[in-house]
Formats: sequence, C-alpha cells, structure tokens
Amino acid sequence: MDLLWATEGTLSAYDIQDALADRKLAATTVLTVLSRLEKKGFVARSRDARPHRYAAQGSREDHMADLMHDVLGTVSDRTAVLERFVGQVTPEEADILRRLLG
Amino acid sequence: MTQASVALAALAVLLAWPVPIALGAARWPRRAPAVALALWQSIALAGGLSMIGALLTFGLEPFGHDLVDAAIGFSRLDGVAAPWHVLALCAALLLTVHLLVNLVATLVRSERQRRRHAQLVTLLSSPLESGARLIDSPTPVAYCLPGPFSSVTVYSAGLVALLGPDELEAVVEHEKAHVVQRHDVVLIAFRAWYASLPWFPIAYRAQREVGLLIEMLADDRARRSVDARTLARAIAAVGASAATSSAELSDRILRLELPPLSIAREALVIGGAAALLGVPTVLLFAPALLSALG
Repeated sequence: MDLLWATEGTLSAYDIQDALADRKLAATTVLTVLSRLEKKGFVARSRDARPHRYAAQGSREDHMADLMHDVLGTVSDRTAVLERFVGQVTPEEADILRRLLG
Repeated sequence: MTQASVALAALAVLLAWPVPIALGAARWPRRAPAVALALWQSIALAGGLSMIGALLTFGLEPFGHDLVDAAIGFSRLDGVAAPWHVLALCAALLLTVHLLVNLVATLVRSERQRRRHAQLVTLLSSPLESGARLIDSPTPVAYCLPGPFSSVTVYSAGLVALLGPDELEAVVEHEKAHVVQRHDVVLIAFRAWYASLPWFPIAYRAQREVGLLIEMLADDRARRSVDARTLARAIAAVGASAATSSAELSDRILRLELPPLSIAREALVIGGAAALLGVPTVLLFAPALLSALG
C-alpha cells in the first residue's frame, strides 16, 4: 500500500511484485491482496489494459485525516482547549492542578 | 393490578427524571466510579422495565387479577377491553420492539464503524512488540478499538514524543483497563439507550456521564502502577488534544486527590442498585406468585 501511495501513476501487480522482490511474494499473493484492498475501497483497478493497473484511492494523508476524525470526533485546536481547560477552574482547583502537574 | 400499574408508572417517572439528574449532579460517583456505573445500569434497566411494566399491567387489567392470570386470560380473549387498555398494550409492545430494534441497530452500526476503522489502522500503522499499533500521526492520542474477540490498542507517534516513560506507562495501563474490563459493553448499552430516545435529554446525559465514569475507572487502574502526578500529567496531555470537554478533564484530574468512598458506603450503593432492580420485578410478578402460593 505504501508503494501505491508513493507512486503518482498506476502500477500493475507485476510492478509491485518486482518492487517487493526482497519479500519473494508470489504473483497470486500480490493479486489477492490487491483485490482485497479494492473491495475495501483503498485501491482502484483500471481494466482498460492487461495486466490490470492499480492506483491508490485517496492519499495516505487523506486516510490518516479520516482516522483522526474518527478518533477525535471533531477537529479541535489544542491551545484553545487548553485555555478553556485552565480558564474554567476555581483558584483552589487551580492550586491543586498546579501541584499535580508541576 | 391497578395499584401495581400506578406504582410502576410512578417509578418509571422517578427513574426517567429526578433520579438520573440527582445522580448526574452528585459528587460522590467520581470517588467510586465502579459502583456508580452499577447504579446507572440498574437505573436504566429498572426504568425500562417499569415503563413497559406499567403499560402492560394497565392494558391487561380486564383479563385477570395478576400478571400471569391476565396473560392467560388475554390469550383466550377472556375479558372485555376498553380502547385505552388496547392502546396501553400496543404502546407496551411498540416500546419493547423499539428498544430491541435500536439495540440491534446500534450494535450493527458500531461493529461496521469499528471494522472500517480497524482497516484504516491496519493500513496506516505499524505493530509494536506488545501487539498494540503505532500510528504515524503528530496528534497525541491513545485509544482502544474493542472487538468481539480481540481488541487493538492504538498509540500515536505524537503521544510517544510528548510523554515521558512514566506518563506513557500511565496511558498504557489506562487503555489496558478499557480492554480487560470490557468497558465497550457498558458504553454500547447506554449508546443504544440514547439512540432509542434521542429526544430525551436524560438519555444523552446518562450516556455522557457513563462515558466519564468509565474513563475514571480506567484512571484508577492506571494509578496502581504510577503516582497521581504522573497520571494527571498524562491525562492533561492526552485529553487536551482530544475533543474531551475541559470540565471532564479537570474532573478527572481533581478527583485523583479525593479519597475513595468507604467500603460501607459502596456496599450501600450496590444494595440500592440491587433494590432498584428488585422493585419493578416484585411489582410485576409478586401478585402472581402470592396467588400461586396461596
């Protein structure tokens, strides 16, 4: 997948097999993985040429943004949250906080 | 039957409104998150049971003098039901189906989201020795992705860079508690409850409150391996970057200074939670049991 993300154009399964030659993968293994990735929507296959060409669907950054969106719910500005966090506590609470965090 | 249905209705109203509000505002739950969670679950269950039970006993009134007797009478259509009795029976049926359908829908939806998210994690992360995954993101996050059979804990590179080794251990222990104690099961029940009654402000509040108590429970677990200061720093660092509300964050940090609730008081709460579940059950079935014995 990293290979497809790093490539601007499309790759065939054989290109990928060659690029990962040090792992000694069978062509069928590469094809199986690619078709699984296609089913999950991470890879697009173009059937115009033979062998079929594959390209990444969305960049690595896009997917990472998706993932972080899942985790954080909404995008929030770190410093804004921190300021609110400090602003809402009473003086004695702030004392305890300072002692704990200091 | 009439007294039982009135008593059940009164209990349903109490458990739907003043009781959760009082529990939400109380200060003691943060000193004993585990028993407070048990109490929340008992309130939700007893509330649902008494709501459905009130409608059911009222609707079955013309068919017999207790629930079992009336159910048998109803199956033979042995009685004359007024329109409001029929209405109550339909409402009881609809409410039961609605709650069950929403529970299943919530389970299916969250499982689908979980699977999609797990795929993203697999693609974007590298495995750590412990079996956890490390994602290459500057935002400091740590979370666990609970599954029916196995759970994945995910840490970000930003978190590892931000925290010292002790604080990191606090975070790891915290996430471990989520996985080991199956907090996802508790949370999903309350999420389903909220999905069934989205117009009901208390359901939202209960879900939020339960979520916070679960975090506190995991904090308590982390505290066994690190001291309060380290844990507080870790909570502040991780929480400040996530979309946790600031009030919840300071709640979690300030409670580390509070002594835990005494065993006697915890036992009292557990007893209360059990009694709460017992009341609607007794109101529903005791008359039938008594007449069967007598």
